[in-house]
Amino acid sequence: MNILVRKYLYGDIPEDNSGGQPQSKNNGSNDWPLWEVFIRNKQGLDHKHVGSLHAADAQMAIENARDVYTRRMEGISIWVVESKYIHASNPDEADSMYDPANDKIYRHPTFYHLPDGLTHI
Amino acid sequence: MIGEEEMNSTGKTFLTDYLLHLADDALILGHRNSEWCGHGPILEQDIALTNISLDLIGQARSLYQYAANILNESHPARNVSEDTLAYLRDNREFKNCLLVEMPNGDWAHTILRQFFFSTYQFFLYEKLVGSVNDTIAAISAKAIKEVTYHLRWSGEWVIRLGDGTDESKERLLKAFDMLWPFTGELFHMVEYEIVAADLGIGADLNLLRSKWDEKLKIVFQEAGILSIIENKIKPGSNWMQSGGKIGKHSEHLGFILAELQFMQRAYPNSEW
Repeated sequence: MNILVRKYLYGDIPEDNSGGQPQSKNNGSNDWPLWEVFIRNKQGLDHKHVGSLHAADAQMAIENARDVYTRRMEGISIWVVESKYIHASNPDEADSMYDPANDKIYRHPTFYHLPDGLTHI
Repeated sequence: MIGEEEMNSTGKTFLTDYLLHLADDALILGHRNSEWCGHGPILEQDIALTNISLDLIGQARSLYQYAANILNESHPARNVSEDTLAYLRDNREFKNCLLVEMPNGDWAHTILRQFFFSTYQFFLYEKLVGSVNDTIAAISAKAIKEVTYHLRWSGEWVIRLGDGTDESKERLLKAFDMLWPFTGELFHMVEYEIVAADLGIGADLNLLRSKWDEKLKIVFQEAGILSIIENKIKPGSNWMQSGGKIGKHSEHLGFILAELQFMQRAYPNSEW
């Protein structure tokens, strides 16, 4: 069923017939791609993942990130990357990926005796 | 400070008129853009436009505060504030140009209106940074950073729409037809602007026009609509609207003020 949605704001009635699009028209294929946003704050050395947003291209993604994620002076540098280019490890493989490190405490450098007076280690 | 002395000695109110003109432009466009809040085509752009609204309303506040200080010095009993200037003046006392009170229309209308105005405001503040009036120079120095972003954002969108789909291009050109007659007023200097410019307080708008034209050309070129636009604005068919700067507004401003001022008029001195 096509529901016609017509939105008039504050008495501003458009002259043309725009606005009366069938609601089902947007099937998702016209949506902008998703981007992941990384922000570096003033004190920080590294960019931290802060969230994601939609944008048509990289330029717009950076501008959108500026508007969405740095409104309260959170950052001084922005990275964006299209979400589809992020490759992640599979949570189902967690057992084989991470558990083997569990019983190998010798990989931590905690068995060395440090000379007295050595700090910041 | 230069300007204030001049005003007191001549008894003229050109400086407050000039400040109110600058402030009203920012307030009314800020209000128009705020009407999109919650209605933007996509969340990210909704926030972007709302940010621009807040920038503009912030600029208006600084200018109103300064104007209120000057008015209070000459007439302490009036007790003017930024709020009374924004909320208790009538239609005919507003000095904004007609462009900023134009309805939002569709996204292309809103974008093109912002682009026309931000381009103008950018070159205006660029001049006002060097104003002999320190307060105006300081407000402009802060504002121009914001306007630089508004200009980039709206310019990018003009390019996207012009160079996008057939529909987006058609809508952009339609917006152009509707808004173009209101752009002449931006550079049409009224009395308080002429006085302000002569004293080095304001900007000579005639000097901004060519920069404004040049910027439009670059962006329209990139948007792929320059030749169409140039055909539309042939000399001789270029009649322009004006009047807003001297208080003669379109019907739209009344509706804006009705909404903007309702709370203060219905519940005087209410705060939140």
